[in-house]
Amino acid sequence: MFRRTFMAGALALGLAAPAMAQQPVELRFWHGLTQPLGGMLEQIATDFNASQNRYRVTASFRGSYPETMVAAIAAFRAGQAPHIVQMFEVGTGTMMAAGRAIKPVHELLAETGVNIDFSDYLPGVRGYYALTDGRMMSMPFNSSTTVVFYNKDAFRRANLNPDQFPQTWEGVEQAARALKGAGVACPMTTAWPTWAQVEQFSAIHNIPLSTQANGLGGLNAELRIANPLLTRHFTNLVNWQRDGLFRYGGRDGAADALFPSGECAMIFASSGLRARIQREAQFQWGVGMLPVYQGTTPINSIIGGASFWVMQGGPNRQRSAEELAGVAQFFAWLARPEVAAKWHTDTGFLPVTRTAFERVRATGFYGQPANAGADVPIEQMLRGGGQMTENSMGIRLGGFVEIRTIIQEELERAFQGQQTAEQALINAQNRGNTVLRNFERQNR
Amino acid sequence: MRKKVIFKGVALPYLLLLPQIAITGVFFFWPAGQAVYSSFLREDAFGLSRDFIGLENFRDVLTDPNYLSALWNTVVFSSAVAFSALGIALFLAVQADKAIRGAAAYKTLLIWPYAVAPAVAAVLWLFLFHPQIGLLGRALNGMGVNWDYKVNGGQAMLLVIIAATWKQVSYNFLFFLAGLQSIPKSVLEAAAIDGARPVRRFWTVVFPLLAPTSFFLLVVNIVYAFFDTFGIIHALTQGGPGKATETLIYKVYVDGVQNLNFGASAAQSVILMAIVIALTAIQFRFIERKVHY
Repeated sequence: MFRRTFMAGALALGLAAPAMAQQPVELRFWHGLTQPLGGMLEQIATDFNASQNRYRVTASFRGSYPETMVAAIAAFRAGQAPHIVQMFEVGTGTMMAAGRAIKPVHELLAETGVNIDFSDYLPGVRGYYALTDGRMMSMPFNSSTTVVFYNKDAFRRANLNPDQFPQTWEGVEQAARALKGAGVACPMTTAWPTWAQVEQFSAIHNIPLSTQANGLGGLNAELRIANPLLTRHFTNLVNWQRDGLFRYGGRDGAADALFPSGECAMIFASSGLRARIQREAQFQWGVGMLPVYQGTTPINSIIGGASFWVMQGGPNRQRSAEELAGVAQFFAWLARPEVAAKWHTDTGFLPVTRTAFERVRATGFYGQPANAGADVPIEQMLRGGGQMTENSMGIRLGGFVEIRTIIQEELERAFQGQQTAEQALINAQNRGNTVLRNFERQNR
Repeated sequence: MRKKVIFKGVALPYLLLLPQIAITGVFFFWPAGQAVYSSFLREDAFGLSRDFIGLENFRDVLTDPNYLSALWNTVVFSSAVAFSALGIALFLAVQADKAIRGAAAYKTLLIWPYAVAPAVAAVLWLFLFHPQIGLLGRALNGMGVNWDYKVNGGQAMLLVIIAATWKQVSYNFLFFLAGLQSIPKSVLEAAAIDGARPVRRFWTVVFPLLAPTSFFLLVVNIVYAFFDTFGIIHALTQGGPGKATETLIYKVYVDGVQNLNFGASAAQSVILMAIVIALTAIQFRFIERKVHY
């Protein structure tokens, strides 16, 4: 439908102004994906450019997610902002509060008359980037969730069932002991310590990370991480680190490398790590869902990854109608089921729309041995019957980048034995709340 | 016995000064003024709203225990880097100054590290000391030392000190060698005839004559440790684990660039500027008097 209108439009344009050899409208798009993912993303932009000749999306890599965020904000202040910026989920709170620096996607679509059916998007994806009344603020794209990747060969050596990852933390601890007994130097590690061990942990255990529905309700949210369950979990992590069952692999994605190399037998990581493991791992591996402590029925996990934000050029530079139209067309291209489905099967990120998911399932993709476990992240997102609670909808805290760093810092100090796990959480909560209050004052 | 050159009129001297004044203005006074101005403001990340809040940023920064710990880290880090870089360089310069075969080759090799960019230097040390992929890191773990600078703050500090020192030794070496070569042979020979042994000759003749060089290098090394080591810390530890290797300059980056808290970051820059001005003034006022040029 879209293609036909578009072709007709292009044809009409061609007939109406044959002499006007139009320069395509240049749309700058900054992203934060390293290879191989970055190349796959740039290919999508190239495909879009080839499908029409009115707009040209130039995608460029701007460093890691946090670096891309900082670069985009600095560019905005200098009046040189990109039209579209890929922003990781942690930056969502900051972008939502950015006022006239951004163009909300619902306004963009309304003004340009382009239609994207957001009701087709997975609820966990849609909710993360929407206002409480459901209006979309950014364009969801690469969404992932945390899962466990485990080394099946190592499991066999430790006489563990390679086809069944433990469902509880108690089971994971036993598995780690067995692996250590079988001579594995690093039984378990985690990438994204805060995302995986605090945010996802709280969501699937259905406990709040902060008041105000994890910040979705307003800027006056207060952290609630110094709670008994997280204290128990952090105490375990610190003890396991001491006993050689767990290895702290560094902040953010630093631990990613420890799994494909065969160093660590289990890793809590983004489902988007799949592509890299597939390419590099020299052993059999499996995908498991996040474990819970005994006596808890897990509910859905939340997403991470990134979405695309439309930015104004600068404090005094508004986008032209032409530029906005181009951005809207590009977003409509991204929303196509075949684009979303290909991205999912190539990378391990979630299929963001139901149609894309059905489409991939219909091809028998998940049944093939090479793709075993590719549907685990989706099932985990729908765990608990798909009934999200306010603890599992998403997180929208201002200054969240800093809060994540704070939690990692305090955890590191607990691993060094400078403080107890309980003290680490209390300190992180106090320092995090200072950040939240500052953000609230800055954005009043 | 200072020679004075006197210009006729005022136009020419000011004209000759102009390029330097313009450069200082654009690259120092203007940004420094901006920093002072921002330190009184509370701003959102995008710069769309700003409030004047007086000295609140300074009060927040100075009462922040993390700021005080960064200050302590900076003192430990800078003094360790300055003293070990000076000590090692002096030792090497004295050795290279002797009549040995292949002295030129040694000298070239010792000067090499100075050409390495800080971030690259950090990566070199990372490949040596990384607990899993580093040559020495693996060896240490194999020997039963629990080496993991990503978890152990003391080890992380040691590593950044080593990397920062290694890079600065070349520079110091070069100056010390030049200093040694400018010491008149006759003075040393006179001391030798008086019966002074090499060690005594070094401490009573060579070392005092090197004092101007050492003093100059001390200032340069402290400024280096304060400001130029950002790349090393960023590439090796990112200020972690915890905040064990977060120095003042690194904290300015974390608060301003990563956390987008411009007011606090600007206030810290202003404090840093005051510290450096004070440090330099003290050095020139009190230490310089004891140095014989």
